[in-house]
Amino acid sequence: MNNVFVYCELEGTVVAEVSQELLTKGRKLANTLGVQLEAVAAGSGITGNIEKQILPYGVDKLHIFDAPGLAPYTSLPHTSVMVNLFKEEQPQICLMGADVVGRDLGPRVSSALHSGLTADCTALEIGPHEDKKAGKTYESLLYQIRPAFGGNIVATIVNPENRPQMATVRSGVMKAEVLDPDYKGEVIVHDVAKYVPETDYVVKVLDRHVEKAKNNLKGAPIVIAGGYGMGSKEGFDMLFELAKEIHGEVGGSRAAVDAGFCDHDLQIGQTGVTVRPKVYIACGISGAIQHIAGMKESGIIISINSDPNAPINTIADYVINGTVEEVVPKLIKYYKQNSK
Amino acid sequence: MSLKIIVLAKQVPDTRNVGPDAMTPEGTVNRSALPAIFNPEDLNALEQALRLKDQNPGSTVTVVTMGPPRAADVIRESLYRGADNGYLLTDRAFAGADTLATSYALATTIKKIGVPDVILGGRQAIDGDTAQVGPQVAQKLDLPQVTYVEEILKCAEGKITVKRHIDGGVETVEAPLPVVLTVNGSAAPCRPRNAKLVMKYKRAMVPLEKPAEGLPYAEEYGKKPYLTLGQLNTADVEADLQQCGLSGSPTKVKAVQNIVFKAKENKVLTSSDADVEGLIQELLANHTIG
Repeated sequence: MNNVFVYCELEGTVVAEVSQELLTKGRKLANTLGVQLEAVAAGSGITGNIEKQILPYGVDKLHIFDAPGLAPYTSLPHTSVMVNLFKEEQPQICLMGADVVGRDLGPRVSSALHSGLTADCTALEIGPHEDKKAGKTYESLLYQIRPAFGGNIVATIVNPENRPQMATVRSGVMKAEVLDPDYKGEVIVHDVAKYVPETDYVVKVLDRHVEKAKNNLKGAPIVIAGGYGMGSKEGFDMLFELAKEIHGEVGGSRAAVDAGFCDHDLQIGQTGVTVRPKVYIACGISGAIQHIAGMKESGIIISINSDPNAPINTIADYVINGTVEEVVPKLIKYYKQNSK
Repeated sequence: MSLKIIVLAKQVPDTRNVGPDAMTPEGTVNRSALPAIFNPEDLNALEQALRLKDQNPGSTVTVVTMGPPRAADVIRESLYRGADNGYLLTDRAFAGADTLATSYALATTIKKIGVPDVILGGRQAIDGDTAQVGPQVAQKLDLPQVTYVEEILKCAEGKITVKRHIDGGVETVEAPLPVVLTVNGSAAPCRPRNAKLVMKYKRAMVPLEKPAEGLPYAEEYGKKPYLTLGQLNTADVEADLQQCGLSGSPTKVKAVQNIVFKAKENKVLTSSDADVEGLIQELLANHTIG
């Protein structure tokens, strides 16, 4: 009772990276609270195939729901699994990935349980809370920390009264670390029919195409990111050229994606990919907090900007005051000359 | 088959164009410095609704929005593009709502005005980016949901087929009506305003906005009932006040911090050839690149 729960997202019988990251975070939160870590996995043909991917993160109890109707994912059956299991187990915290599945499932579960949900958190901590108006204090609440309002502020959200305290986190924000490859956790295979009524299977997936990510942004050692300052889709071409030369990957800020300069799957930041490269070259990026949330742990940050007061310059190791049109071709030229 | 369609739309501060005066010195949001706009993905949702209406003669598109009186702009903008009518949900008791209290207010309103065949909304609003209200409304109405919709492919015989975006791909799903759909920003953009409709509806207002008797145009509202937009408060929709606004919101903001980056010691370079070459040589020498 009152444990930390992580919803494990599956593609077939493979546990998503984001879920492994959340299991790692969940283990730490459970340790701080002195409770157990439990995981939930729902899919088809998964029993026997997923336990070794989940338990090593320090999972004390794994709840498996295995039935043909549970894969591919649809909202209603997975909601019933979570809601009915949670009514029995009364978790205090539930974490989910902030991707298409988690952002479809999380709100529906939170609405059914009347519990609070905070989307796209960039940090999770445990701490006390005082409600002065109501004259109440709370010992150990989940601090759900996220940038808000166009990135001008960082808000810490708490759910004082309602349980579970729910949060979604994007892939790459937390780090996955196996606790013990032989960690002994209990596996419970549930009778799906007891949790999911037949009437839940009303949405049919007729067709489905999933491709492996076209880019390796998340794991790239060198990232070259373009912002609104790149000016156009053509402006991004020179970033791709630089990337090819120095073996990096190209990303973009939200402003660049919104303006159509680069593809949506290249977006770096709170609502995109989080990266931790050795070198991050920010080209024409001013540095809204949501963007910085997705790259601040980079090893060396180089900012190329015509505005010497761009916020990103304050966290950069090198600031080049100049236009991208001028500087990027020079980077390519001198890299070619000096790397031989 | 004629359809009843509701579009959930929100007026949002344009967080994409945040200027230096967006925050007050006290660290709160200076709303007056941010222009209020039609939430972009709600416009994508409106377009999908209007297409359904085009394909199914006799259908109606009703826009529901929650906010202060000026949020009626969202309804007018929708009427200019082909929506049939709209309701503004406005009441001090709705203020301070998180996504759960917002979805309660919207779901309660939809029950009051009648559950339609299709409820559409944007995937998320740019001021919160949560993507929670759509699924929460669906849950409160006990309806199926399809999120991240790119396109409605077919709607016939009580079923709807849609293409939706998923991580790394696309999915085609079929759902029974009534259903809640949330539409992605990558879906078709909304059609522009129609000049005739702008002329027809430019003075459409909710009762709170209407000119007092005796003022110019005040008499028009008696003659043209379509100029009076729907306006509802908590009593009109018989909302449980405990579930509205701040008191109906399980999430509380504990702290808000203005962002001040810890300035690192950094090297400032110019765009001169010497500086750029020097940087490349330094990075190569310490094996940072190459």
